[in-house]
Amino acid sequence: MFYRIPKFNYYRASTLNEALDLVSSLNDFKVLAGGTDLVIDLKVRRYTVKNVVDISRIKELDYIADDGDRVRIGALTKLQSIADSPIIREKAPVLADAVREMASWQIRNVATIGGNLCNASPAADTAPPLYVLNATLRLVSKEGEREVPITEFFLGPRKTALRSRELLKEIVIPHEPDCGASFLKLGRRNSFTLSVVAVATLVKVDKNKFADVRIALNSVAPTPVRARKAEECLKGKEISLNNITEAAKLVLHDISPISDVRASAEYRKDMSVVLTRDSLIKSLERVGIKV
Amino acid sequence: MYVKVSFKLNGEDVTVDVEPNEILLDTLRLKLGIKSVKRGCERAECGACTVLLNGSPVYSCTLLTVQIDGMEVRTLEGIQDTPEVKALVSKFVEAGAVQCGFCTPGFIVTAYALIKKGVEPTPENIKKALEGNICRCTGYKKIIEAVTKAVESIK
Ligand SMILES: Cc1cc2nc3c(=O)[nH]c(=O)nc-3n(C[C@H](O)[C@H](O)[C@H](O)COP(=O)(O)OP(=O)(O)OC[C@H]3O[C@@H](n4cnc5c(N)ncnc54)[C@H](O)[C@@H]3O)c2cc1C
Ligand code: FES
Ligand code: FES
Repeated sequence: MFYRIPKFNYYRASTLNEALDLVSSLNDFKVLAGGTDLVIDLKVRRYTVKNVVDISRIKELDYIADDGDRVRIGALTKLQSIADSPIIREKAPVLADAVREMASWQIRNVATIGGNLCNASPAADTAPPLYVLNATLRLVSKEGEREVPITEFFLGPRKTALRSRELLKEIVIPHEPDCGASFLKLGRRNSFTLSVVAVATLVKVDKNKFADVRIALNSVAPTPVRARKAEECLKGKEISLNNITEAAKLVLHDISPISDVRASAEYRKDMSVVLTRDSLIKSLERVGIKV
Repeated sequence: MYVKVSFKLNGEDVTVDVEPNEILLDTLRLKLGIKSVKRGCERAECGACTVLLNGSPVYSCTLLTVQIDGMEVRTLEGIQDTPEVKALVSKFVEAGAVQCGFCTPGFIVTAYALIKKGVEPTPENIKKALEGNICRCTGYKKIIEAVTKAVESIK
């Protein structure tokens, strides 16, 4: 036995109300969804807590709902359910693409989308697709509910806009037809790995011009980021390989990568540019445009 | 703080008293005598501890036993007499997909789940399903070949 998890008290909530009661009455706690981040963090003592509130049984937070003009995903929906969902494949395929490449089958069967977001790793792979899809997060506490755009949710590594007794309830994705989006992830190997950098892009086109462009990256800043400069540079411009290549270089304005065990900062910078270019090309292909 | 946890293990109802910090791998190996479930990395990175939870492959090293209360767990012991596992075992032997054997139960359990899920056994799909199982001996080629042949032989 390499790891021994320090003792804690265990509480299980079966409904959202029960969970909110627990987190508003306890101190020194962590909530447990799939536990694929938290159990390891307890093992390596990144966190030590007195109380663990298991929310994984809250059925009312495990759903993928199609409301026509938007898709709602419950925070406790498993990654594998998202990868397999016909609704997500049709209305937010870029999210399905990203989730399919996350971790491994065994982990995706347990891990939740809410856990991936609330863990707030700079490498969270659901973040770039949700950034370009302009997703909103619905947070809930005893005091009520509020909505936060996903771009305002991450505050730093492991830091989010969640207040201490607040839970993530659902992710809301507006459905935008007529756009093309793609996700590219570079890791140290081809699968079962965290990203060195990952990029999601989304494009809307009007004749031969970019009508809208959204670009998001992970693992190259303290939080996942939108590359606004590159986006602005392309909007209204003619679709050409040259314009794409030039704009992709501007992602360097919005990123601040560090060197770590996975890659050096220099390599991350170079790859951010390359992946942005390639992802834009792929997103255009999805609306039938070859550059 | 001890918690009573009841679940189905290989078709039988079991109840154990566990501390909340106990992981399923330890409950299975140390309390319930299940030895096919291997202790590898203990941090969700190797697949040697794979079990089926309500039919889906999961790692038992990063699940707290309290998390699986009321669920159904199956290990290689519980599926070894199925036609799928018999075919997998014989094809693993034929292909030379076993060397030290430490990773093998995890691979068989995951491959069994793949077959049961009805996934089309293309090399890509097999690789994708098995990406969370690491083998330090065989180099995967023979494992993929064995799984492919096992699926063919069952058809
Ligand atoms: C080997 C391995 C490979 C991995 N590969 C990837 C990868 O490729 N890409 C990637 O992005 N991630 C990866 N991960 C990380 C992890 O699997 C994901 O982040 C997963 O989605 C976490 O979900 P969970 O349900 O297991 O979260 P948990 O571990 O249960 O929770 C994570 C954190 O979020 C909090 N939390 C969870 N749900 C809520 C909620 N509803 N409201 C408020 N707080 C909440 C918890 O308190 C905890 O702090 C990997 C992990 C491992 C071990
Ligand atoms: S021991 Fe569980 S994945 Fe390695
Ligand atoms: S046979 Fe030795 S690790 Fe796979």
